This record gives sequence, C-alpha cells and structure tokens, in this order.
Amino acid sequence: MMMIVAIVALGALAGASGLLLGFAAIRFKIEGDPVVERIDALLPQTQCGQCGYVGCRSYAEAIAAGEADINQCPPGGQGGVAALADLLGRDPKPLDPELGPEKPKMVAVIDEQSCIGCTLCIQACPVDAILGAAKHMHTVIARECTGCELCLAPCPVDCIHMQPISPTITTWKWVYPAAEARAAA
Amino acid sequence: MRFKTVTSPHVLADRSVGQVMRRVLYAMTPGIVALVWFFGWGVLINLALATVVALVAEAAVLTVRGKPLALYLGDYSAVTTAWLLAVALPPLAPWWLTTIGVVSAIVIAKHLYGGLGYNPFNPAMVGYVVLLISFPREMSAWLIPYGVGQPHALGLLDTLRIIMGGTGGITLDGLTGATPLDVLRTKLGLGLTVTEIRNSPVFGIVAGHGWEWATLGFLAGGLWLVFTRTAAWQIPVGMLGGLALIATIFHLVDPLRYAPPWFQVWSGAAIYGAFFIATDPVTASTTARGRLIYGAGIGVLVYIIRSFGGYPDGVAFAVLLMNIAAPTIDLYTQPRVFGARSG
Amino acid sequence: MTPPFPFHGGLKTVRHKTESNRETILPGSVPERLVVPLRQHVGAIAKPLVQAGDRVLKGQMIGQPDGYVSAAVHAPTSGRVVAVDQQPVPHPSGLPDWCVTIESDGQDRWIERTPVDYQRMHPSDLRNFVRNAGVVGLGGAVFPSAVKMNLSGHCERLEQLILNGAECEPWMTCDDLIMRERAVEIVAGIHILAHLLQPREVLIGIEDDKPEAIAAMNAACSGTGYQVRPVPTRYPSGGAKQLTKLLTNKEAPVNGRSTDIGVQCFNVATAYTLHRAVAHGEPVISRIVTVTGHIAQPRNIDALLGSSFADLIARCGGYREGVERLIMGGPMMGFAMHSDGVPVTKATNCILAVGADALVEPPVMPCIRCGDCVEVCPANLLPQQLYWHARAKEFDKIQDYHLFSCIECGCCSYVCPSHIPLVQYYRYAKNEIWALEKEKQRAELARRRHQARMERLEREQREREAKLRQKAPPRTASPLDGATAGQSPAEPALAAPASIAVNVERSE
Repeated sequence: MMMIVAIVALGALAGASGLLLGFAAIRFKIEGDPVVERIDALLPQTQCGQCGYVGCRSYAEAIAAGEADINQCPPGGQGGVAALADLLGRDPKPLDPELGPEKPKMVAVIDEQSCIGCTLCIQACPVDAILGAAKHMHTVIARECTGCELCLAPCPVDCIHMQPISPTITTWKWVYPAAEARAAA
Repeated sequence: MRFKTVTSPHVLADRSVGQVMRRVLYAMTPGIVALVWFFGWGVLINLALATVVALVAEAAVLTVRGKPLALYLGDYSAVTTAWLLAVALPPLAPWWLTTIGVVSAIVIAKHLYGGLGYNPFNPAMVGYVVLLISFPREMSAWLIPYGVGQPHALGLLDTLRIIMGGTGGITLDGLTGATPLDVLRTKLGLGLTVTEIRNSPVFGIVAGHGWEWATLGFLAGGLWLVFTRTAAWQIPVGMLGGLALIATIFHLVDPLRYAPPWFQVWSGAAIYGAFFIATDPVTASTTARGRLIYGAGIGVLVYIIRSFGGYPDGVAFAVLLMNIAAPTIDLYTQPRVFGARSG
Repeated sequence: MTPPFPFHGGLKTVRHKTESNRETILPGSVPERLVVPLRQHVGAIAKPLVQAGDRVLKGQMIGQPDGYVSAAVHAPTSGRVVAVDQQPVPHPSGLPDWCVTIESDGQDRWIERTPVDYQRMHPSDLRNFVRNAGVVGLGGAVFPSAVKMNLSGHCERLEQLILNGAECEPWMTCDDLIMRERAVEIVAGIHILAHLLQPREVLIGIEDDKPEAIAAMNAACSGTGYQVRPVPTRYPSGGAKQLTKLLTNKEAPVNGRSTDIGVQCFNVATAYTLHRAVAHGEPVISRIVTVTGHIAQPRNIDALLGSSFADLIARCGGYREGVERLIMGGPMMGFAMHSDGVPVTKATNCILAVGADALVEPPVMPCIRCGDCVEVCPANLLPQQLYWHARAKEFDKIQDYHLFSCIECGCCSYVCPSHIPLVQYYRYAKNEIWALEKEKQRAELARRRHQARMERLEREQREREAKLRQKAPPRTASPLDGATAGQSPAEPALAAPASIAVNVERSE
C-alpha cells in the first residue's frame, strides 16, 4: 500500500514538473538565431578579412556554424578571443600566429602628392572610407577608416601608409594605477 | 620647470594600516592586565610566544610570495592576529598548541587566501577552531582563576616549565578546571537549575569569577576602539543586541533552564568577540546596515551554539559562519546612492 | 528640520585659507605674450576666427562657439596673432591643444564695448549674447553658462537659484576675495540670472569660515530678497549637488539634472563675469586666480587668460625652496601640472605649489575593507566595491555600484589607511568605459558601412546584368559580353563618392 502511494506521488510530481518545463520551453522560446548577432557584436568590424572570411559577419557565421575557430581575428586581439570564449563557453586560446600579430589601432593615410587617381584603393576599401574619383586625388576619411590595410596592396604607386593613432587631449585616458607595493626589485 | 604628476587628492590624512592595528593592540591591554592578574604568567608567555611565531611565519610566507618584508611586518597585522588568538588560549597551553594555532591562522587562513585584506575568514578564529576541534582536552584545561578555591601561586619559571612541556612535579589537575560556561552547561545537563548553578564558587557578581573583570577590561578597550572609530560601532551593538534579545526571550520563557541576558552578555567571549573579533574589518560586512545584521547574526548564533550546540561557547564558530555570509549581506544592504529614489 | 540639511559623508580637512586671503586682489599685468587655448570650456572647441599675422583688439572674439554646448574665446589684450597652433595647456595629460598666441602691443586697446539692456532682450538673444561673451562656470567645471540659463522643459519654473560661494577646497580663496571686494557686481549678475530664470528664491551658500565674505554679500543683498546662507565648513560642501542638498534638502536625481528638482546653481564669480559682460560689454578675458602654497607671497591675482603660470608665480615673488608639485585647482580635486609653462584658462581657479615637505607618498597596501571610505563618501557609494571592480577591470559590475555617481571629490582616497589611489581607479574606469563605448559606436558604424557597401555592390551587379540583357538579347550577345565586363570595374568607383559624401564630417 505504502509503495503504491509513493509511486503515485512521485509520478504525479514528475508529471507536473514535466508539464511545467514544457510550458516554459514554449512560453520563453527565443526567436531566431541570436548567436551570430552576438558573435558579430563582439568582433571589431574592421572588415579586414585576415580571418579568411569576407568581412566580420561571415566570420561570425562561420564561428556559429563551427567552421572557424575563435582565435582568427588579430584586430580583435587577445581580449576579443577572451570575449568570444566567454560568450560561447569555450576555453580561450592564443591568437593564431599565422594570421598576423595584434597591432595598435592605425589609420590609412594617402600621400596626396604621389596619388595618381587610379581608384583601385576605393574599390578595395570595405567600408567606403576613401573619397575620390578617377584621375583625381584620393583621400581617406580618418573617422571612418577601420585600419584594415586592404587598400595598401592594390595601390600601384605605394602611396598609402598606415599611421598609428596618437592620443590627443580628447582621447587621452587615465592610466591604470600602480599596484600594491611588491618586493623591491 | 617640470614637476611630478600624480592623481588627486594631493593631501592624505595621517593614517595607516599599521596605526589601525596598533590601536587594536592598545585596546586589548586592560583586558590582558585583568587576565594576567587572575590567571598568572601563562597569559603573558602565550602572548609573547604567539607574537614570535606569528612574525616568523609571516616573514617566511612573505619571502616565499615575494612581498616586501619590512612593509608588511610593519603593518602589525600578524601581531594583532597572534594576540587575538593568544588571549583566547588556556593560560597553561603547551607551546606546540599555541604554535599550531598561530601557524594555521597566519599561513592557512591568511596567506593561502591572498594575505592581508584578502582572507574571507577571521584568521585568529580559524586558528582557534583548528585547535578546539583537534585538541579538545588541552583547549578545555583552563587555570582556575586566582581567588577561587586555593590561590594559585605559580611562578614565572614554573609556568614556563609547564608550557614548555615539563610538569616540574606540579600536578595540573589541581590547578585547572572547567570554565564557567562549561560548568553551566554540564550542570544543566545534570538537571540543576540556573539559580542553583550560579551559587557555585566559579561564579562572581555577574558572570564567571575573575573572568568578569577581564570582560570589563575588554569592554573598556572596545569602547575606546569604537570611540576612535577604529572599529565600527554597528558590529558590537548588533552582536550584543542580538545575543541579549534572544537570551531575554528564552529567559522569560523558562528562567530555570535559561540564564539571564546579562549573564549571557557578560560570559565567555561575548564582549571580547563583539569588540575585537567580529570587528575585524577584512572579514566583516562593510555597509552600515550590513554591519548591524552581521553583528546580530553572530549574537544569535552564539546563543544557539551555547544553549543547544556541542560547545560551551560559540563566538569563534558564529564569527566564521557569519564571515561566509558577509559578501551576501553587503550585496543586499547597499546604501541609497545620492539622488537615487528611496525605497 | 531647518537648513542647513547635512549631506552624507564629507570631511574636515586642512584649511590653509589665511595664506592667501589676507591681501587684496592684485590687479593683473599684461604679459608680452599670451597663449589663449580655444578649448576653455566643456563642449566643442571654439573655431578660430583669426590667423597668424592678424591684429586683434582687447575683447575681440578670436574663437567662435561651435554648436550649442560651446563658448566663445576672446583676445585678452590688443596685439598681433603670431600663431594658431598646438601649445601646452593645463591638462593632466600634459598634451598640447589648439591655442591662439598673441603678442601684446602694450596699448591694451579695447574693442568697442556694447552693453545690452537684458530686461528688454528676448531670452534666447540674451543666452546667445552670454555664449558669445564666453561666460562659463568659473568654479572649475567651466560648463557654458548659456546652456544652464535655459530650463529647456526640465521644470516649469525654477524653485531655487543657488549661488555657490562655498569654496570648500583647502588653500583656495579666489571666491572669498571676489565676494569681499566685488559683492555689488556679483549681486548685479544675480539680477540677470534671476530675471531669466524667475526663481522663487535666491540662496547664496557660503562656508562659515568666510565671515568677511558673508558680511559683504549680506550688505550687497540687502533689499533684494536674496538670502545669504552660511553653511558649515565641511568638504565637499561646494560640490553643486552637496550645496543644493545643504540649502534645500533636495537631491538631484542620479541620471538627471538639478533643474529636474527645480534648482540651478552658479558660481559667484560666474555671476560677476555675467554682469561685466551684460552691463559693460566686456567678455570673459580674465579671472581671479589664487596663487598659493610654497610661494614667497601667496595672494589672489586678477589674471588675463593666457598668462602663463610662471608669470603669475613670478608676480607673487616666485617659488620657495623645494617645490615638487604644481597643482591647478585645490589639493583635493586639482590636477598636477607637468610644467609651469602653461596658460591660465577659465578653469584656473588656483595655482598651488606644493613643497616636498608637505608631500607624503606612503606605500600602497591592500584594502582591509575598513569602510572609512563608505563613511566619508558624499555620494553615498561603496568606494571599496568600486575599487574592487575597477581593479579587476569589471566594467559592468562597477556600474552596478553607480560609478558614474562618483564626483571624484577625493574623500575616500584622503582617509584610506592603505593609501590606495581610489580616485585614479575611478577615473581610469570611467575613461575605459567611455572609450569602450566609443569603440563600440565606431564598430557599429563600420558594420553598417560595410553592409551598405555589400548591398550596393550587389545592386550594381544586378543593374549591370539587367542592362546587359536589355542592350543585347542573349542570342547575339556573346561577342559583346567580354568587352562590357572589362569596363565594369571602374563603375563602382564613380558610384562610391556619392554614397560617402553624406558622411564627410570634420574629424578631430
């Protein structure tokens, strides 16, 4: 008798829990596939293609599909790998050294004296940050430039170079304070 | 002309961690004097031994961890931990007992968790609990205070000899006895009422004979700590308030089985714990409301352990239990930020 | 409860006011060379109106306000512009900024000054006049006053207009002296503010360690209905939020403005410059600067903007032996300067030279969670939690503890027994959060532009194919196909500029 009561009680409990879980699954269902969006949001949007994909979005899709690893984005740096690892619940790993080192942020600058107005860099720029027309001098909109370096190679006269962004009075930041006292070196 | 550049503020109050710790040591002296008066040289020998062991252990770990020795030894935190623990040990505790306790406190409870400021548990109480659990017999052998039964006339050398392992022909059994709270607990178990037990010679005016004067000393030192804002007032108020409240309730329900609140507050390590142990800032709550809750929690736990647990006193366990709760208490007792809507 | 209504926390600090407030304000001199920064206010940098070689008159606008939150900059004396370039400015970074350098012609000749009748002006015209006169908050925050003179719907009518003469920072006495000597003109400036903002009451908060200033302001206010309210001497009572609480018991909301609770607050020196601008047509070209500390004869100087710190210090008899640190502002919130070759700006309320004897740099110890910082925090924050998260660079969690309510007053660092540079941790965290936010916006912009480009390329491809099909029906097309395809790469190049042109903006 006791055993039957126990079985019935536990069975009822299991049934109720199951219903509750099923209801929750329907009620709180997440629409769409937000994981690509969330990966894309963590990528630096340099659109440089160093990862081997055309643009950050394609790389995000490849990561989500399990085709690409999380350490293929040099502009995102080690911090970017850590953020991706955190999002996807994986172990962080070092950047793939074959894809290039992590560099400080730079902008492309066109030497306007040497530019012949060939428009090849304009076609290469993934974010349309180069201004100009055929046979007219070109110039880079510094604010829009992501520093992807894709314009360097096509230039037939090598008049484009990368310039590091130096801090100005408006972008200067307070540094991280020196840590607690350690043993005298 | 070029100048040094650092961040504001450019003036600092004349304060330091060492100063905070030294104040705790000063505040302990009246209580220690009373303890020495009633329990003899052993108290001082324990203190000295604990100090030396603490400094050696601290220096050793600091060296291993690559921290600057002079700076951290000069902050008095190791000495403070040593004193807080030594005062709680039986006056004739053998040297190895003190050593094990202090080493556990400094090495395990403090440095294995990251050193000064990073330890989640009160180091002195970790050391005490390690001893209490591992060596219950040694830890309960307290000297009978001066003036109870026969006066003990143990000299400095005799005391030293006993602590260092020899008996020197002196029988310890005649000198040691149960603590007042132990007596209360044992006799309650035998069916006696609180009033009958209180007539025993181990009890004085309010609480244990001799002990009550040490308690007075610690209260005086503790009030000075609170007055100089070295210790937060909320913690002792919360702890003693919580203890008194729950003791009053039980005493009103059954005065024969439950000792009155003034006896509970004045007995054992309640006052000492409230002002010196629970107020350790590193392991306590940091918000004003949080400290009241933290203190009250300790007070209630002390009463529960004393009345229903397996040990005569429970300050150490209560403090350690509330140490675990401190971060959670802090999280839920954040003050209302300036300009935030109340409620 | 009656006022003052105490705020949480705060400190009794050292005072050191008597060093510089015993002597009257020293009239300024005209240095041979003035370096006038174009960014002397919160908001957009002023656009230069002059170039090297131009002659300027005293009070002539040389920098035009750029946008709503901005202010004009004027020539402090007559002379010749020798350069418009980047020069060292008083900033904690030591980095240069755009400045106009003027060589004085020694005549100090004014431009034609045109006072205005503020009572007959339309409010927006008056605000425009104030913006063009370069009036900004002279308490140190240098927020453009014209913006604060517009309630812009945050409240229907101002309850309290507060004049801040608390001056709680140690050493600093410039507001004390201006109230003693120029109280009547301050009150004239308050009339203008009151006319524009129509407050129910006007309260003037002054710390009670300035009896002379209180007496002078009381005398000047008699018959106006303005109330001079002494407040207890307790740092940081001069913080706008703290003074508002002291005088009205109202707290400005966390993510709001003081006008949300019907309060607006101006510094007394700001009211003075407002009066000079309106009643005399004189734009802001000078300010009172306290020169004090390890200085031969500390005192207050009515200094032309653009004079170098070194000039002012020389006029006060020079440094005393062993100066190690030069601070702009007070010792609690001021910034240490890299050099004394920087110009006085509208934010320069005090130049404090600190000797080695007064500087202690004790070693930093771990936080022992003593909670003293919690007790003194005037924003009622948990500084030790903020420190913990800033140290661990947990920028999400630090905002849960209301990092942005921190006013950087320095009380927590002042009392910290472990001497942790708490304020620097908070400044670091704030800067990082802002930078991350900017980075995110940049990334978002790049993402959108890349997407737009991809769509455009696709569209062009489609259009080309359509055109191709139209021109040559499939059957006869084959020989032409190759030629057309060969031309196509040039086409996107021509299309690109049109889509970019919209986004061309001046980059900094």
